[in-house]
Amino acid sequence: MSGAAPVRGVVEHLFRHEAGRLSAALVRVLGPANIDLAEDVVQETLCHALETWKLGRVPDNPAAWLRAVARNRALDVLRRQKTRTRVAPELARLGEELAPAVDAAFTEDAMRDEQLRMMFACCDARLQQPVQVALILKLLCGFGVGEVAQAFLASPAAIEKRLARGKAALRRPGALADLADPVVARRLDAVLDALYLLFNEGYHGAHPELAVRADLCAEAIRLGRLLAQNPATALPPTFALLALMCLHAARLPGRLDADGALVPLEEQDRSTWDRALAAEGAQWLSRAASAPPTPLLLEAAIAAEHCFAPAFARTDWAGIVALYDALYAHKPSPVVALNRAIALAQLEGPERGLLELQSLAGRERLARYPFYPAALGDLHLRAGHHREAAEQFQRALRLARSPAERLHFQRKLEQTT
Amino acid sequence: MADFLYVFRGGTYQQLSPEQMQKHMQAWGTWIGELSKRGQFKAGDPLDPGGKQVKGKKKVVVDGPFAEAKDLVGGYLLVTADSLDDAAELARGCPILEVDGSVEVRPIRKM
Repeated sequence: MSGAAPVRGVVEHLFRHEAGRLSAALVRVLGPANIDLAEDVVQETLCHALETWKLGRVPDNPAAWLRAVARNRALDVLRRQKTRTRVAPELARLGEELAPAVDAAFTEDAMRDEQLRMMFACCDARLQQPVQVALILKLLCGFGVGEVAQAFLASPAAIEKRLARGKAALRRPGALADLADPVVARRLDAVLDALYLLFNEGYHGAHPELAVRADLCAEAIRLGRLLAQNPATALPPTFALLALMCLHAARLPGRLDADGALVPLEEQDRSTWDRALAAEGAQWLSRAASAPPTPLLLEAAIAAEHCFAPAFARTDWAGIVALYDALYAHKPSPVVALNRAIALAQLEGPERGLLELQSLAGRERLARYPFYPAALGDLHLRAGHHREAAEQFQRALRLARSPAERLHFQRKLEQTT
Repeated sequence: MADFLYVFRGGTYQQLSPEQMQKHMQAWGTWIGELSKRGQFKAGDPLDPGGKQVKGKKKVVVDGPFAEAKDLVGGYLLVTADSLDDAAELARGCPILEVDGSVEVRPIRKM
């Protein structure tokens, strides 16, 4: 009998993150053909923990407790001889050696490697990116179907379909390659793209709830760190993406105000920014800089300039314009040109910025991008052209993709009267 | 003040996501923590499903109970409260009610 009051100490997202680690270990042990069985064992393990901990106390090391339960369940499944050969023929041969083989899959190092193998398997080029990202969230981040659906503002039924398609691909023989396999090096870009998509869904996505979006950014960074820890994937492109994600996420707390409106960089309260994450971003940036510049690296360098500028007015605009010039040479997109023009306007005044924006190369491709008219509106406002500014903010308002954008453009429009 | 036994039955977690499970567990922690802060928590434990039953004059030992999930006792709590009504009111805060479970509130008989 427990006479003392229960003490609770479970780190944030423990269940979710352990679900990802346990899934990876269990797929290793049970074989990728039994991915559904592996997921069932994870769910049973977590239910068992909940039943046991809710009225008693949480064990000193909850993660180790969960791993021990999952390991024992996996052994039970494997020891039922009939299923063993079907489940994992390579383990069936082990006989008495079964327990050490299963234990080996539940060590910290093995689970880290397994998560990476799973990440690479999820990013098979034959799968569409939304399928890849849904798989990553479900299998590696421990999201429920409902939570994946919520993250993408999709229906649970649509997500179920995506996951079924993805899991069918994972069950194919050889879908889980070893990290030493050349396929891993070839697929790194696809993995980084998927993580970047996941991050952007959190950073720029239309979901109105900041908590959901911050979660997606945090998950992308967590998986990025896993890549950076393994010699096979600790490469400059990985560091550049991590740098960019950390330097953007550091500023996430200042991006929305209490009403949920987007706050422009100029008006953000810099004391809300996450300094530790910014410092981490700077470290990744310096490690990425050993390789020739890539678009991601240049974008990270621009993010770093903003992150470490003591105030908006004291930003190194000349440095930022130079970085945008280099970025444009790599990636001549109208959005890059737009951002370059905004920086140039800070350096040389609104009239100069307007001139750039009005003759922007590829501006017809920005027809549905609300930040093009919004940038024009800003510069007209600064130049004292109130009527033109109002027109542009009205256009931005019509193109707004989320409540946060809408509220922001609404306020800008009010400033023109 | 009198003592009361809470008997918890049912509660389904299979459909919850890992994050929802953790939030649910934290809700239990908050609920029991508040009972404890007010000095009303005396004891409590979760129970494993299954077990044995010893029955009749012949003292037969059988496996069980094999109750349906919704009837299965999953744990108990011993609390103090002013009255049965008060104890029932406190039980309304129990998180098991959010997952289709129930709380039976029983006064402990005094000598």
